[in-house]
Amino acid sequence: MSTEVLLNEFKEYSEHPHRVLSQYKQEGKKVIGVLPYYAPVELVVAAGMVPMGIWGSNKKTIALAKEYCATFYCTIGQLALEMLLDGTLDQLDGIITPTICDTLRPMSQNYRVAMEGKLPCIFLAHPQNRKPAFGLQFTVDQYMHVKGELEKIAGTTITDEALRDAIKVMNRSRKARREFVKLAGQHPEAISAVNRSAVLRAAWFMEPAVYGPKLEELNAELAKLPASNWKGCKVVTSGIICDNPNLLQIFDDNHIAIAADDVAQETRSFRVDASEEGDPMMALAQQFADQDYDVLLYDEHSNKNRRADYVVQMVKDSGAQGLVLFMQQFCDPEEMEYPYLKKALDDAGIPHIKLGVDQQMRDFGQASTAIQAFADVL
Amino acid sequence: MAKVVSPGVKALRKVVEDVYADARKAHAEGKLVGWSSSKFPCELAEAFDLNVMYPENQAAGIAANRDGEIMCKAAEDLGYDNDICGYARISLAYAAGKRASRKFDPETLEFIIDPKSGKPLKDENGNVVIDPETGKPKKDPKTMQPYTVLDDIYEIEALPETTEKEIAYKNFRREAIKPYRQMRMPQPDFVLCCNNICNCMTKWYENIARMCNIPLIMIDIPYNNTVDVHDTNVAYVRAQFDAAIHQLEELTGKKFDEKKFEHACENANRTAKAWLRVCDYLQYKPAPYSGFDLFNHMADVVTARGKVAAAEAFELLEKDLAEAVKNGTTTTPFPEKYRVMFEGIPCWPKLPNLFKPLKANGVNVTAVVYAPAFGFVYNNMDEMARAYYKAPNSVCIEQGVDWREGICRDNKVDGVLVHYNRSCKPWSGYMAEMQRRFTKDLGVPCAGFDGDQADPRNFNEAQYETRVQGLVEAMEANQAKKEAEAK
Ligand code: SF4
Ligand code: SF4
Repeated sequence: MSTEVLLNEFKEYSEHPHRVLSQYKQEGKKVIGVLPYYAPVELVVAAGMVPMGIWGSNKKTIALAKEYCATFYCTIGQLALEMLLDGTLDQLDGIITPTICDTLRPMSQNYRVAMEGKLPCIFLAHPQNRKPAFGLQFTVDQYMHVKGELEKIAGTTITDEALRDAIKVMNRSRKARREFVKLAGQHPEAISAVNRSAVLRAAWFMEPAVYGPKLEELNAELAKLPASNWKGCKVVTSGIICDNPNLLQIFDDNHIAIAADDVAQETRSFRVDASEEGDPMMALAQQFADQDYDVLLYDEHSNKNRRADYVVQMVKDSGAQGLVLFMQQFCDPEEMEYPYLKKALDDAGIPHIKLGVDQQMRDFGQASTAIQAFADVL
Repeated sequence: MAKVVSPGVKALRKVVEDVYADARKAHAEGKLVGWSSSKFPCELAEAFDLNVMYPENQAAGIAANRDGEIMCKAAEDLGYDNDICGYARISLAYAAGKRASRKFDPETLEFIIDPKSGKPLKDENGNVVIDPETGKPKKDPKTMQPYTVLDDIYEIEALPETTEKEIAYKNFRREAIKPYRQMRMPQPDFVLCCNNICNCMTKWYENIARMCNIPLIMIDIPYNNTVDVHDTNVAYVRAQFDAAIHQLEELTGKKFDEKKFEHACENANRTAKAWLRVCDYLQYKPAPYSGFDLFNHMADVVTARGKVAAAEAFELLEKDLAEAVKNGTTTTPFPEKYRVMFEGIPCWPKLPNLFKPLKANGVNVTAVVYAPAFGFVYNNMDEMARAYYKAPNSVCIEQGVDWREGICRDNKVDGVLVHYNRSCKPWSGYMAEMQRRFTKDLGVPCAGFDGDQADPRNFNEAQYETRVQGLVEAMEANQAKKEAEAK
């Protein structure tokens, strides 16, 4: 298939998750909604169900969620509740609710209370002291709970073999995405910022076993392209999420390519693979323990500025000239690490801009001006 | 009339002052001083005789001293967004060396008084003295204060000190930093973080560790979705206690002293029990004191629960209260007409404003969530792990509701006043559902208002007063209905 055909296919998934969900249901599949962050989707896949990511929405407005929630919470947390309440997610067979930040902690309770008797909400608490043996064990304990709840929904037991196969499927998908990010950065003329996002976003909605091979196909097409002589500039994006096509169009309009990203919904979620050998539950726990350089995760070497240094290195390695930080409103984990990210970028002489965003934004006039001005500086 | 301060309250104040004074002394002597989150197991640090300070308590004090805004803004200038918890902002600014100071003239080394500060001057009959020239009340010069300005200890330390004038200036600038204890807390040599109350804590303490290049000891207590604490959760925390002990041994070069640890545990238990009994005095009708006072005594529970002095001071207060009940007296400065639970942390910079409409309407706070949340008692390390698992913001909604409804019933409240605290996302996050449950289960009205524990910019006094008024009317209607039914 040509690049264009493939891109259109990914876009279709990315833009119409609800249609995708209905399709799965028609095919008789069970679907589990997966909230951020770091939920072990392998368990869903191993149970023979389809995982679908819930990362808020670029089209919804908070209305019903106000019954549960004060205004000073991010839209990722609030719009998930909105979609649970307004029926958008009615076809789901369950959701997994991780609790790694101060918004998701109480939100997990709101989700559960609001969905009582309607939809199973599977609670998940990750450890922060995740690397020592006791931390790994805690992750295994939590994942065992998730496994048990998923088994109830699926009506099957998840065997080690099935889990190992699921790990392989997810590793393949992650590897393809890492490869894609690299290729997209090298060939911005072929992959616009808007399309890049659509391809990566589709991963949250497509069946992983279908997504991985399809992306490999696209990667193969991109690898065939001659070296690009991109005249625009290149940046690294950072933040929780930046998947709004209208916002990304501004990048394309200003010939700003995304060379790499430090975005939670994108690269942060597929940086680390799980081992395909040994006990698969422990492999998943180890995978979580190996997650690093993340504003959401405890860093044992906290007196160093490792995460920011890592991002600086990413900018340098990717050949980008600057960084665009998408700051989700009310996201204190990102906000908390901004001063040290800024420091590391400034020290390295890397220009950056911080754009305040939230998913209810519909007018990107201000962002457009800021991005244009930034492109001029680069 | 001056407020009578009971011996117990005096003792409690002294305990906290001593904790700060000891830490300043230790720092001056070159000993280690740590900073700790409020619900880190202090028993562990006590076993090593470490001096520990509590940034949350400090931030509350700074906010109550009206320096919350200048410190929050200082943090914002460092790049910390104003959405971040006000305690964290104040603490991060402080850790970065920022201080609220008093403005002075560098030439004369005299403070520059803010004409807007100070209280009205009163004559011998207690009447406000009017300035005949301006027709406005005269200010009592004793209460007038210099302008508040922001300073930076690292900037001060970098100043030259060769000439006499330079030395005098430098010393004066050091001394100009506001003299209250929370603004004179020593910088940390290590940090102790337990994120049971919020995950904001994790990155907040990491930031401090980075700023000051010091070790961080982390005890992670993830959020819990069930009323029971599962054995696997206990095992995780227990293992972290052992790891923390090991880290503390490395830090101090001392061996873990089991005896001292047990002693600290005994004290912590004794403090917790006495604290709970003091809280229980709010069950009396009318209550012998205002629940608002508990917010002040929290400082003792946070900074000194592992010390015998705290236990003794609470026991002393208990005696005062027994006496008050016997004599039918109360320290609440108004007759108690209604009893409410105050949900959340108070707005420290706005305490008088919070109090005003309550006083005007005879509303006494007779229940605060801190009572059960800090009154935990345990018998061994595993139970201690389990106890620390149950912090105000780490428990599921059912446990949270149960705690609150328990004290609402015991302390016979007529209504609930809910602070939607802009600073505290984990606390405010499921408050709306809680309100619905309070009303359904207890039949009491609830009213919510927007505020912030530390940043005065997020408090809207007019809205607060309207909400209190609404609550009072609802409680009135409730009472009238009950009386009618009784007839
Ligand atoms: S956007 Fe930030 S605050 Fe919201 S769920 Fe994600 S990490 Fe938490
Ligand atoms: S519990 Fe709330 S108020 Fe306390 S430090 Fe955490 S976010 Fe701030």
